[in-house]
Amino acid sequence: MKPAPFDYVRADALGEALEALHEAGDEARVISGGQSLVPMLNMRLARPSVLVDITRVSELKRIEQRKGQVFVGAAVRQVELERWAPLAGLLPMIAAMMPWVGHAQTRSRGTVCGSLAHADPSAELPLALLALGGEMHLRNRRKKRVLPASAFFMGMMATAVEPGEMIEAVAFPTHPMGTGTAFREIARRHGDFAIVACAAIARPDGTNRLAVGGVADTPQAIDLPDPSDAGFEDALNEFAWSLGARDDLHASARYRRDLVRSLGRQTVKEAIACRS
Amino acid sequence: MPKLSREGRYAIGFRLNGQEVTAHAPGRMLLTDLLRHVLGETGTHVGCEHGVCGACTVQVDGEPVRACLMLAAQAEGADIRTVEGLEPAAGELSPLQAAFREHFALQCGFCTAGILMSLDALLARIPDASEDAIREHLSGHLCRCTGYAPIVKAALAAQAQLKEEEAANA
Ligand SMILES: Cc1cc2nc3c(=O)[nH]c(=O)nc-3n(C[C@@H](O)[C@H](O)[C@H](O)COP(=O)(O)OP(=O)(O)OC[C@H]3O[C@@H](n4cnc5c(N)ncnc54)[C@H](O)[C@@H]3O)c2cc1C
Ligand code: FES
Ligand code: FES
Repeated sequence: MKPAPFDYVRADALGEALEALHEAGDEARVISGGQSLVPMLNMRLARPSVLVDITRVSELKRIEQRKGQVFVGAAVRQVELERWAPLAGLLPMIAAMMPWVGHAQTRSRGTVCGSLAHADPSAELPLALLALGGEMHLRNRRKKRVLPASAFFMGMMATAVEPGEMIEAVAFPTHPMGTGTAFREIARRHGDFAIVACAAIARPDGTNRLAVGGVADTPQAIDLPDPSDAGFEDALNEFAWSLGARDDLHASARYRRDLVRSLGRQTVKEAIACRS
Repeated sequence: MPKLSREGRYAIGFRLNGQEVTAHAPGRMLLTDLLRHVLGETGTHVGCEHGVCGACTVQVDGEPVRACLMLAAQAEGADIRTVEGLEPAAGELSPLQAAFREHFALQCGFCTAGILMSLDALLARIPDASEDAIREHLSGHLCRCTGYAPIVKAALAAQAQLKEEEAANA
């Protein structure tokens, strides 16, 4: 269980990383925290011929609050966001999620953007991107583009990132007064991948949005009325069926649908209750 | 911008348990193998080699980190502590190590080095971590012998001892 040989490039500046990615094209992979990539290298599920290490690029190490958004650069480790003091006030949903993203021993190196790039269907941060309506900031050596979750996630562990391109940052919108958010997850143990994870937003106008991870190939979301509304249960049930749950080692499809309904309802109610 | 080609071996400089070291490794070598095979520091164990078991956990700049998920080349310039660095003086156990012995928190010992490094980091950062926080921290480790209860006990005992020492020194 050792990685196949590769060339390793440690970029000191963003321009260097982009140049190295451009040169190597689809032979290259970015390595950030390595918490998903190195297991794949060790098991030889991935055999890139060039690794571009971006973790020392200082431009990518920033967490910034601008124009109603929080920008998290590609070299920001999960533990840094978890301990960022304004997090609970600005992005309470993400603050609630962070302890569920792997273990303290993986958050110490894993990056926020790396988790989004990896696009595991059960991962928490991709769910946050969809639920909050965040944006991925991508760039190659010539141009930049900004994609919402719906255009970024292409399938299980597949994203819109092209050869020669990388994620520069993710932007999560902070919400106006009167918005409530909540997050709940069922996993075998804290730190294991979610069987079902739910994230909800209750908007000031009384409408709600529920996003679910761990069931379909990518996180999925639905707009829902108030739980007291007659249409709520039917809409939630239809949503649960639409996700195409499958049986696997961890849970049956039926259990997953049950969880989408029960945990989904609880999460929406909790978001409504914390609407300030 | 350093570039390590796949054929070469490269010098990697870092601090290991308080001493500056330089070791030579190919770009694809894992930190676990650098520590064990190149430097002969075999206290850090290797279980699963894909991040799940925690046996290889070391401290990198004070944080607990899986050494099997870090490339040796990524250690350049880092401050790394392994289980060999826990003893305050040769032949003397740290309060956490002593508590592990006293409370039977190890049997075969395969998981122990990693768990010690994780708990040491936690207690250094959060001296009054709750029992829940300790248990949550341990969720990043697998132990197939003890059933974890003695490990939690040892961690709490070490925490009490460390606080006492802190108060005595204050
Ligand atoms: C034991 C264990 C348990 C875990 N549990 C969970 C869990 O419960 N929830 C969860 O969400 N995650 C979990 N993870 C995975 C999480 O720890 C990873 O950190 C995360 O998925 C990847 O982030 P990274 O920075 O380590 O990325 P890397 O491993 O470095 O990279 C992952 C992938 O993304 C690409 N990539 C990385 N950065 C960029 C970029 N800037 N631009 C373009 N591509 C990029 C890489 O090329 C690679 O394909 C777990 C991991 C382990 C080992
Ligand atoms: S050997 Fe590193 S986590 Fe198992
Ligand atoms: S003591 Fe044997 S695995 Fe923990």
